[in-house]
Amino acid sequence: MRDVAIVAFAQSPSVRSDTQRNEVEILMPVVAEVREASGIPKGEFDFICSGSSDYLAGQSFAFVAGLDAVGAWPPVSESHVEMDGAWALYEAWVKIQMGYADSALVYGFSKCSLGDLPEVMAMQLDPYYQTPLWPDAVSMAALQARQCLETGAVTAEQMADAVVRSRANAKSNPNAQLSGDVDREKLLAEPTFVSPLHKHDCSPISDGAAAMVLVAGEKARQHCERPAWITGFAHIMEPMDLGVRPLTESRSTAEAARRAGVDAAKLDVAELHGPFSHQEILLEQAIGIGSSTDVNPSGGALAANPMMAAGLIRLGEAAARIHDGSAATALGHATSGPCLQQNLVCAMEGR
Amino acid sequence: MADEKGPVEIVQTPVELDYTYTAGQAATRFLKGVEQGKFLGQRCPVDGLVYVASRGSSPKHGVPTGPDTVEVSDKGTLISFSIVRIPSANLSVEPPFAAISVLLDGADSHLMHVLDECPLEEVRMGMRVEAVWLPKDQWTASMQNVTHFRPTGEPDAPFDSYKDHL
Amino acid sequence: MSEAQLVEALTAPHKLQYTYKRSVGPVMGRFFTALRDEGKILGVRREDGSVMCPPKEYDPDTAAAISEMVEVGPGGEVVSWAWVSEPRAKQPCDRPFAYALIKLDGADTPLLHAIDCGREDAIRTGMRVTAKLADERVGHITDIRCFEPEA
Repeated sequence: MRDVAIVAFAQSPSVRSDTQRNEVEILMPVVAEVREASGIPKGEFDFICSGSSDYLAGQSFAFVAGLDAVGAWPPVSESHVEMDGAWALYEAWVKIQMGYADSALVYGFSKCSLGDLPEVMAMQLDPYYQTPLWPDAVSMAALQARQCLETGAVTAEQMADAVVRSRANAKSNPNAQLSGDVDREKLLAEPTFVSPLHKHDCSPISDGAAAMVLVAGEKARQHCERPAWITGFAHIMEPMDLGVRPLTESRSTAEAARRAGVDAAKLDVAELHGPFSHQEILLEQAIGIGSSTDVNPSGGALAANPMMAAGLIRLGEAAARIHDGSAATALGHATSGPCLQQNLVCAMEGR
Repeated sequence: MADEKGPVEIVQTPVELDYTYTAGQAATRFLKGVEQGKFLGQRCPVDGLVYVASRGSSPKHGVPTGPDTVEVSDKGTLISFSIVRIPSANLSVEPPFAAISVLLDGADSHLMHVLDECPLEEVRMGMRVEAVWLPKDQWTASMQNVTHFRPTGEPDAPFDSYKDHL
Repeated sequence: MSEAQLVEALTAPHKLQYTYKRSVGPVMGRFFTALRDEGKILGVRREDGSVMCPPKEYDPDTAAAISEMVEVGPGGEVVSWAWVSEPRAKQPCDRPFAYALIKLDGADTPLLHAIDCGREDAIRTGMRVTAKLADERVGHITDIRCFEPEA
């Protein structure tokens, strides 16, 4: 395995609806910021990879326009995943492992505000049996939440506490959308939204973008004082259909963490991508996170969830804790698909 | 009955999703110009090229264009074309017609439009063309203000004048 | 660009439409044909003998091709449910309803569908429900209009 490090990370503020900018206009400053931070000029990245979704943008091949933000002339080596940018980072990491690149620029972006996001998310389901019934993303998550609550896998108090933690941590994150001091009992007393979920159990709808730079080998130290070295990287998926997999645990997260060589007892920071509060608890349980780990110091997805960037942001926030020296080991997690169908774990350390 | 229908082999799963698009800064500036009967471009700060109907970035250099705008002409040179003969429900023009790429005078990027008032066999690269606008009282912030392009009758532009923009 | 330089951006409505037609293949084809012509719901037997509904062409655990169809339902038990108090236009009911995972009699895996029971306090996990079929059936999952509490 080649040593590869995250040397720079940048993100736009997440907002409910950026009516003033198109995707490219949101993305450009973020790409400029990681170029500047890494000191790698345009044209010197060996590989560029992005994550976005045409259904969110409402137009086919929308990612091609995204390239206008990076400048594809002279021609560049480029790829795209119709997934969160965290999977674009994985592709870039594999490319570097294979020896085809020594550096990579990765980004993810979306404007979830353009359409009815929970409805658009029905497009990721089975097109014969499920999408024609138009189950929205919140209803799908609510089916999982009820099973968790009724089997005791997760308690209502744990869900409320996840929201309290998210909002409190997000107070120190200028890019977060929801932050503040909220009270567990008051949250529990609120009316339900899509029962059993409350509105606060659901991540907000966000517009935003994030970008990251990977560099291989000792050269990484030229681009970052304290690189976040990737020590393990894996993604695992389960069947999409909710009926044929257990919903009260996240086996694919547990397996991804195992393959990434995560030692939960030694984790200083974990940034988990749980778009719904019960999912954050399931992720903690799957990885075996204990009280010595700082979970979601950024506030996590419950504080801001720009689709296609929120997973990459988790990895970036984890890396940022290594960069600033506040953590020696960190884990970034990203999820995709309904009810934690697919999960990615990236383990990193400072040294 | 069942036998007459035969087994189900296909399911229809139509999708219809509603969005509210944002033009963003660059396209808004362009469309507000069109509302005034003008084509406004934006300049790349690196190489000075003028993009008309910019999306806000220099696609070559990945840096923001503008915010200052550059007015370009509504006349230009036809630099490529295709005769469209296949009808589509999404087309507002009856085929056959000429879909054209126009390099507006003062611009470095080309604009896609439709050529009319010209026999199809006369359409050619280098032809000088101009925008035909709706009556002024019908102008909105939309490219529909320009119904089509038509030949100006000027002599053709020499190949060397547009070869770097192909 | 600084905030002060921003112009008020234009917005416009946009409708995305795809007229997708999908081939169903032999296993789903039999499910949709039986539903349309006989009003019956079919599952498929998996390698371990259990029955999966809705049926797929492969076993999700072993990836083996499977094709033995078994009639299930129309009654079943609610495994989980989500209460939709403000239905969207495309959703199966035009009054508050539940999306639910329903384990049909004879099946071992639950089906995702809608339960029309009027009020949230009229539904609970473990409740018996039964399929209500559409009057005119075309070979589509919406040939099951919804599920209703068993009388």
